[in-house]
Amino acid sequence: MKKALSIAYLVIVALFLYAPILLIVFFSFFGQSGVNFSTQAGFSFDSYAAIFSSPSSGELFTAIANTLIIAAIASVISTVLGAVSAIGIFHLGKRMKKFVNNINQWPIISSEIVTAFSFVLFFSTLGIGNGWVRLIISHVTFCTPYVVLAVMPRLYQMDGNIYEAALDLGASPIRALFSVEIPMLLPGIISGFTMAFTMSLDDFIITQLNKGTTGIETLSTYLYSDGAKRGLEPFWFAVFSIIFVVVLLIILFSNLSKKTMTKKAEGGAKV
Amino acid sequence: MKTITEQKKIIELKNISKFYDGKPVVKNISFFIRQGEFVTFLGPSGCGKTTTLRMIAGFETPTEGQVLMDGVDITAIPPHRRSVNTVFQRYALFPHLTVFNNIAFGLKLQRIPTGQMKKDFRGREYEVMRKLTKAEIAEKVHNALKMVDLEGYDQRNVGSLSGGQMQRVAIARALVNEPKVLLLDEPLGALDLKMRKDMQIELMNMHKKLGITFIYVTHDQEEALTMSDSIIVMRDGEIQQIANPQKIYDEPANAFVADFIGESNIFSGSMPEDLRVRILGKSFECVDKGFKKNEPVDVILRPEDITLVPTDSDKAMLVGNIQTSVFKGDHFQTTVIVKDDEDYDNEVLVHHTNPCDVEKPIGLHISPDAFHIMHKARIINEIETEMWDEGIVEICGGKFECNSSLPSGTKVKVKIDFDDVEVMDNEEDGEIGGTVVNSIYKGNYYQCIIRTDTYYDFFVDTDDDWLKGDRVGINLPKDKIIIEEIKGEETDA
Repeated sequence: MKKALSIAYLVIVALFLYAPILLIVFFSFFGQSGVNFSTQAGFSFDSYAAIFSSPSSGELFTAIANTLIIAAIASVISTVLGAVSAIGIFHLGKRMKKFVNNINQWPIISSEIVTAFSFVLFFSTLGIGNGWVRLIISHVTFCTPYVVLAVMPRLYQMDGNIYEAALDLGASPIRALFSVEIPMLLPGIISGFTMAFTMSLDDFIITQLNKGTTGIETLSTYLYSDGAKRGLEPFWFAVFSIIFVVVLLIILFSNLSKKTMTKKAEGGAKV
Repeated sequence: MKTITEQKKIIELKNISKFYDGKPVVKNISFFIRQGEFVTFLGPSGCGKTTTLRMIAGFETPTEGQVLMDGVDITAIPPHRRSVNTVFQRYALFPHLTVFNNIAFGLKLQRIPTGQMKKDFRGREYEVMRKLTKAEIAEKVHNALKMVDLEGYDQRNVGSLSGGQMQRVAIARALVNEPKVLLLDEPLGALDLKMRKDMQIELMNMHKKLGITFIYVTHDQEEALTMSDSIIVMRDGEIQQIANPQKIYDEPANAFVADFIGESNIFSGSMPEDLRVRILGKSFECVDKGFKKNEPVDVILRPEDITLVPTDSDKAMLVGNIQTSVFKGDHFQTTVIVKDDEDYDNEVLVHHTNPCDVEKPIGLHISPDAFHIMHKARIINEIETEMWDEGIVEICGGKFECNSSLPSGTKVKVKIDFDDVEVMDNEEDGEIGGTVVNSIYKGNYYQCIIRTDTYYDFFVDTDDDWLKGDRVGINLPKDKIIIEEIKGEETDA
């Protein structure tokens, strides 16, 4: 009885979470164009065809390309920054470490709209760049703390003597960092990277407020302006379905590879 | 054959001190180690032995003093430029590398001279250095694996090895670089007893074969006695004794060393005259002289140096009652209760090979050379301080009533006997607090050392065994505090 209840609870929660997404996937096969669900148009791949045939296809692909470029650049930079900072923070004194760790969490906790607006003020006051530069700087800034957060636990797990062993065997501190410390942190660094990449992909408010007048649209801002102008293009259902499936695959893959990598970093079958 | 004393000093520490946040961990120690020696730092945890080793490796910088290697000051040289290698307690192998690559790690970083000379752009001559070739590395790694009996393990993942195998890889990884000095930080601590015994012998064989200087850190006195050419006994950041194992065991420098190394009976006694020692209310013949008349001394008797004899035998120097007798595999450990002239019960520990009857009277025989006699570290607690007010004296940050009418601010010397210091279970119940740093059983009482927060060590004789590391309170009874004014302040200047 108890078990049945707990299963039922789980099903209801999952339904709440996934039903809307599954509906999108379902209706992507019925040539939808508005924001209401209906099967009137009958089963077809029209939505998917519209990705390429719609007059707005060009704008859509530019938006996708922009999103990926920003996410790629921002997540690579913030992974490097975050991993190096995590190592630095870890080696700080006890009190300083706590302090910096707390500061690192502010951008994560604080309201995104405040962050977005503070970037606007910051960039315009200092007159920094425009368009791309602003977007990449702001994305790097809000992604880096997540990388720090992902790398930190692995540092705590690491035996401190291992780094010393590398120095002892003749490696300079830099060499020890690259040939011992970083390989051991790799699983954390990779999960930090995927986190940064998806955070950047998803972002709307910060991008919307900071893209300025350059006309750079990412997927999320393009959806917003498209909807505001003339209702939604028919291809959105298809685009979202594809994104959902791709992200699902990425997560599955990264979880699997992390498992094998953690195993390797910890030295294989430890029983 | 070269004797050890003829060989040169490879490592020398000069007046080394190390402070962590103002707290001394190593206090002004100096010693040297000769080339090819197997030296052990021995002491309880927290005695500064590992810190000393880490200063030789270069992981810690001494707060004061110098580390010399081959006569050259290496105090400021970082660890990767020192020709020492370390075997860590928990192996510290690189988990992402195979056994082969773990051992080859140091070799791949090595640069060796080619014998070829070149001139740089300023015209200075320098020798061309080169990396080891792959074949050279492979050969060295295989020799190292052979030495630690792990042939064929080169492509194994380090995570799939047992504790003993990992430690062998760690030893091979250090030795393959042919360091001048090999540092071993409690390397066998994580292994089970049987494996530890085997590895002890293997390490001793390697030391003999390779001729490299070994510096070994352990808290296991048996390990130290078995393996070392010489032992440096440490306590509380200070060296207690440096000597070979036999001497450390037979002639411990003080009560701490005697208590720490092996089983021992420690009694407080005195020297009425040369070649006579008085303990347990009786006077015995001994082989020591040169003490002041009636000087208080610590007397150490090893349990195996005492023989059990029938009570009516003329060899019986002391008579007591057998309290317990336990078989320990190769000997019996027997506790004999001996009454002294003040009618106190004293425990005497005896090791012997024939069984005996419990709760029967027995005689004890001790030959003159079995008495090890040592000056006492201190016979009374003595503190220099100031009067706080009339009738109140400040001691270690606390204020104590006393029988003295000297005015406030007078410089005074305070004395208090070991058995007049009162120790309280709760720190709050004492006027001042302290930490128990040592406790030694002396036949019928315990002698503890309690360190106050101002780093004064109170010696205390008590009936209770206080646990090392515990916080306790200290009270000093008004009538027991002896106050002497320190005079001649002006003439000193």
